[in-house]
Amino acid sequence: MPVEHIFPDSAARNAQGEFETEKMSLSMGPSHPSTHGVLRLQMELDGEIVTKADPVVGYLHRGDEKIAENMTYNQFVPYTDRLDYLAPLANNMAYAIAVEKLAKLEVPPRCQAIRVITAEMARISAHMMGLGAFGIDVGAWTVFLYSFTEREKLYKLFEELTGARFTTSYARIGGVARDIPEGWTGRVDAFCDQFLPLLEEILGLLTRNKIFTDRTAGIGVISREDAISYGLTGPNLRASGVPLDLRKDKPYSGYEQYDFDVAIGSKGDAYDRYLVRGEEMRQSVRIIKQAIAKLPGGKWYAEDARKIFAPPKDKVLSSMEELIQNFMLVTEGPQMPAGEVYFEAENPKGALGFYVVSKGGGVPFRLKIRAPSFCNLSILPKVCVGAMVSDVVSILGSLDFVMGECDR
Amino acid sequence: MPKALDAIAALKGAIAGVADRPSLDQPAVNVPAAGLVAAMAFLRDQHGFDMLVDVAGVDWSQGVSPRFTVVYHLLSTTDHDYVRVAADCRDDASPELPSVTSLWHGANWHEREAFDMFGIRFTGHPDLRRILMWDGYPHHPLRKDFPLSGVDTDLPDREVVAETRTNAIAAPMVGGPFVASQGEINMTDAEPRAKDESWNERRPKPGA
Repeated sequence: MPVEHIFPDSAARNAQGEFETEKMSLSMGPSHPSTHGVLRLQMELDGEIVTKADPVVGYLHRGDEKIAENMTYNQFVPYTDRLDYLAPLANNMAYAIAVEKLAKLEVPPRCQAIRVITAEMARISAHMMGLGAFGIDVGAWTVFLYSFTEREKLYKLFEELTGARFTTSYARIGGVARDIPEGWTGRVDAFCDQFLPLLEEILGLLTRNKIFTDRTAGIGVISREDAISYGLTGPNLRASGVPLDLRKDKPYSGYEQYDFDVAIGSKGDAYDRYLVRGEEMRQSVRIIKQAIAKLPGGKWYAEDARKIFAPPKDKVLSSMEELIQNFMLVTEGPQMPAGEVYFEAENPKGALGFYVVSKGGGVPFRLKIRAPSFCNLSILPKVCVGAMVSDVVSILGSLDFVMGECDR
Repeated sequence: MPKALDAIAALKGAIAGVADRPSLDQPAVNVPAAGLVAAMAFLRDQHGFDMLVDVAGVDWSQGVSPRFTVVYHLLSTTDHDYVRVAADCRDDASPELPSVTSLWHGANWHEREAFDMFGIRFTGHPDLRRILMWDGYPHHPLRKDFPLSGVDTDLPDREVVAETRTNAIAAPMVGGPFVASQGEINMTDAEPRAKDESWNERRPKPGA
């Protein structure tokens, strides 16, 4: 909101020295509830209006890219959990596909479908968290209670599949860690069935809520040109009216087989970003139901890739060839050709990309992580200026970022 | 992906010194540092590569020249094609490249990150500060000569250092992580070994 809009004659009266005010500097974060982690905003305020905002990131920097250069490809999978820690299953998959692209390895259809199901479940879980936190930021506590209940149900399903609720480490280069348990798809299907009416109920708490629309509509407007120029991706880009969804436009892991729609906003404000996320969850349910309905049989890993995917454990303990194969994989890592690839996947927060430079062998020479939250936050100095301090909270909530991914 | 290949063919005609770059996936080119901004503007304006998705610095190790390369990934939001543009930095001791912030706002943070991690200076960048490490941090951690365990460094706040008489200390490797060397084919040389065995909790750090 421009300053002039609030005080129509402010420029003229300011010229006469009537409004001479001292600018105040305010540091918001790194531990502030609405900065969702450890983001710090160094702001300059004129009264209640932000005149300058400088995000300070890096409080959660762990040197993931340096660590990656010192370990084998499979050893890095748990580190990908800790990028966007609200959707680890989607990160695992993006990383595995990037390295498989390097090896020119095709995984079987069953593996692809399992990855799609888990990635879409991760999307619902991440959006549920984002929605709940956004609700709290603008004063709607009830949404959080509902959405966390749904997220909890998903975590039960994740635990059954991967053994962990939060840090799943489910993907492997060339497959997934294990096949889905018996009856699991049925339970996912049942979750989807009960989730859809609940989702409408949760969104119904906000969509026509006067307080919510007052806090979000027209706030933090990002134009189409700005969204592209700043490299925004995911729901934040689509809310600004750019119909770019990598699942549709650069299909990977068999997304082209599924029928789903891409939600697009028209104004690019905080309210549009909320609406886009809401619709994405409905579409994710559609994808999951289709993927379960035609889940292919067969192996859940690339059986022929003996230098990349570890053999089944029972064979390792009983057969010489598999023992050697397992030993080589654990000690030297999956063997990759030299070269470089870039792959990005449509994650809940945006496009998570991996640029891998290999000189051969089992260790990456360089692994660059393109973090969507990092790019999405770079627009803050632009979008916060002219907003009220309370709008900044709403803008941060609507951008839905994760610092673990931003700082790496 | 004919669109990206067309763009690259046209780019070779428009900018001198552009050459194909080996790639396992999308079309890629090497661009000389002097023609980088012109080449990026050409790809953006003439061929619709309107989004800069990623900027990655690469250190090819000490003794290799050119030592530093910056790799840009561009995406066309209408044709959904990627293209990779790589530019070698001018000087191995104090690497330098022209900034593309005039073309994309998003390049600002990416270039700050490459400066922070590799010490690559982007000329024409409006605000080239560190972004992930704190201001005043003396090293560039993603360079290949920077040890995995880190190095002892003063904490960012002088008052805290004076009060606590402590600093950011390097992590002893305790023998790990155990990995094979990159690209080795000789079995004996490729034997997995610790990355930094020179010191640990029991053996003091050399030179300390």
